Amino acid sequence: MAEVVLSGLGKVYVDGTRAVADLDLEIRDGEFLVLVGPSGCGKTTALRMIAGLESVSEGSIRIGPQVVNEVPSRDRDVAMVFQSYALYPHLNVYDNIAFGLTLRKLPKKEIDRRVREVAEVLELHEHLERKPRNLSGGQRQRVAMGRAIVRAPQAFLMDEPLSNLDAKLRVQMRAQIARIQRDLGVTTVYVTHDQTEAMTLGDRVAVMKRGVLQQVGPPQELYDRPVNLFVAGFIGSPGMNLVTARLDRDDDGHHWVTVGSDALLLPESVLLARPALAGYAGRDVVLGIRPEDMEDAALADAQEGSILHSVADLVEAMGSDVLVHFPVDAAPVVTDDTKALAEDDGTADLPKGSGVVLVGRFSPRTHIYEGQPVAAWVDTSRLHFFDPDTGLSVWTTSGELE
Amino acid sequence: MTVVEVSVTGAPRRGVLSRVVSRLGNGVVQVGLALVALFWLVPVFGLLIASLRDEASNTASGWWTIFTAPTSLTLSNYADLVGNSTVLRSFLNTVYIAVPSTVLVVVISALAAYGLAWIEFPGRLWLTTLVVGLLVMPIQVALIPVAKLFGSLGLFGTITGVVLFHVAFGLPFAIFLLRNFFAGIPRDLVEAARMDGAREWVIFRRVVLPIAKPAIASLTIFQFLWVWNDLLVALVFADQDSAPITVALRAQLRQFGTNIDLLSTGAFLSMIVPLAVFLAFQRYFVQGVLAGSTK
Repeated sequence: MAEVVLSGLGKVYVDGTRAVADLDLEIRDGEFLVLVGPSGCGKTTALRMIAGLESVSEGSIRIGPQVVNEVPSRDRDVAMVFQSYALYPHLNVYDNIAFGLTLRKLPKKEIDRRVREVAEVLELHEHLERKPRNLSGGQRQRVAMGRAIVRAPQAFLMDEPLSNLDAKLRVQMRAQIARIQRDLGVTTVYVTHDQTEAMTLGDRVAVMKRGVLQQVGPPQELYDRPVNLFVAGFIGSPGMNLVTARLDRDDDGHHWVTVGSDALLLPESVLLARPALAGYAGRDVVLGIRPEDMEDAALADAQEGSILHSVADLVEAMGSDVLVHFPVDAAPVVTDDTKALAEDDGTADLPKGSGVVLVGRFSPRTHIYEGQPVAAWVDTSRLHFFDPDTGLSVWTTSGELE
Repeated sequence: MTVVEVSVTGAPRRGVLSRVVSRLGNGVVQVGLALVALFWLVPVFGLLIASLRDEASNTASGWWTIFTAPTSLTLSNYADLVGNSTVLRSFLNTVYIAVPSTVLVVVISALAAYGLAWIEFPGRLWLTTLVVGLLVMPIQVALIPVAKLFGSLGLFGTITGVVLFHVAFGLPFAIFLLRNFFAGIPRDLVEAARMDGAREWVIFRRVVLPIAKPAIASLTIFQFLWVWNDLLVALVFADQDSAPITVALRAQLRQFGTNIDLLSTGAFLSMIVPLAVFLAFQRYFVQGVLAGSTK
């Protein structure tokens, strides 16, 4: 086990395309780090550079005490789980798992012991004689895991290992991967485009966009304090509602943020937490509201100044909660970040209406139906604010997250 | 609902041929195939019968007359053939030429194909293109220059010379075939082996070769058949002592084919070996042809 340190890591392909730029990341010994971002954000390239499958254009990679830029994959002592599993089709499960060990010329007895041990953990012991083509998707995935685990490497590298499984199995395997990683304590770098996987698995999550690292931190920090619009929109499901709003200061010194025809009163705590926000008074800001920070006003102890009025456009009952979509008469946010998010959603080329549709996650006890008026209470203490020009989160003028 | 409608209206638009086939079913197709197979088998069968009749009856009547007089069959031709040292030696020469030519081509092309498919080095694309380009090089243009070269090297009229020529002209197609097959092996598989600690040689031996078995079997059959049946190259480069069976049989030809007994026996013998090779590898061969087309 070892730490993995990326310093100024960059990748430029022969044709001049830049996949990764100036990536600084320190993955601590035994840590589970998730690299997440939309497709084409450079996360897989970064992982493949750590694996040694892709050459390093700039910067360096250190695994443990050794800089491995020029070390071939086979000598890096890291194991990788591929999205396609990449099982050897001509070998049975036992030989697939044992392959790496036989190359290391371990004694047969030792190999046998370790393969059977791993097979036991992964519940593959009944299938050791089978060929990969006779296994189900979940079993293949476990063989791929077993092949990595059995080597007891310095680090695990996982490239979207669950994306070929159906939803239910994915949740199961996610838990199993988390358990195995915790038990073994092996440093793990895990690449995914699924923010749920990222949030649930990672000790820390690193969000990338177009080859550039946006933010790295524990999942809750990314959720609570995203540094910019991109991270804010990417983390969380459904995504954060983003809308252009106007910030005003009244004669009593209260700050109001106007969304369409409604105004929300900002509690003092928000202004204390975000000292720079006062400077935006009289200007437009980007307001971010997480769906889960809204509730049916009839069910909440709603005060005036914390309610948005509209008409329910779509109501999705999820069982545990109800997603209510409602339009507000405010300008949509169009920045580089929101474009990148729309591309990832596949909504980039959908026609845009004039207003913005907000999504609120309400309690299932709500009695809102489509086409009916809706009054949405907003937890104003949990509002997010971003600079409309830079897309950066508004905290302090010279603060830690500027 | 829309989906159902589309499929209902879509059915009559299928091609005439496919409708005929589906109406007549598999049975007709199979009968057709059997007829084609029979058509191709008739000459082979005729050759076999001719090789089992003595010279007099072969000259007097056609092979099909055995259906009315089946008693005249004899193995004496084969006994004569074994006694004929020229034909026997030429048969062995064919083996000495065909086996090394096949083995060398398969081994060399597999190594080259792996390099071209999976090892990155400058000029890889150009080298691959060059190999493909050599495919269109006709064998005839090389006969005289190579004959001169072999003459000065003392290889002319030797089995080694014939083998070298076959290997040289077998390689472009062999490399082309195997490279394409190797390149079709998923990249992840090769990379997984690298991560598992395998060097290139180990990846080649333990991952790529086992997966490429069908392609290699196909290549083995192709190459063996070509060399075994070759007349032109042997005619140019082999002398009397190193002549393979194709050359030796041709030398037996006289006007009016009076020694049909010897010819048919030798021809049948020279045909049965590649047939055996084909049947031995047939299972892989079909896989290989299919694998090449779908992936």
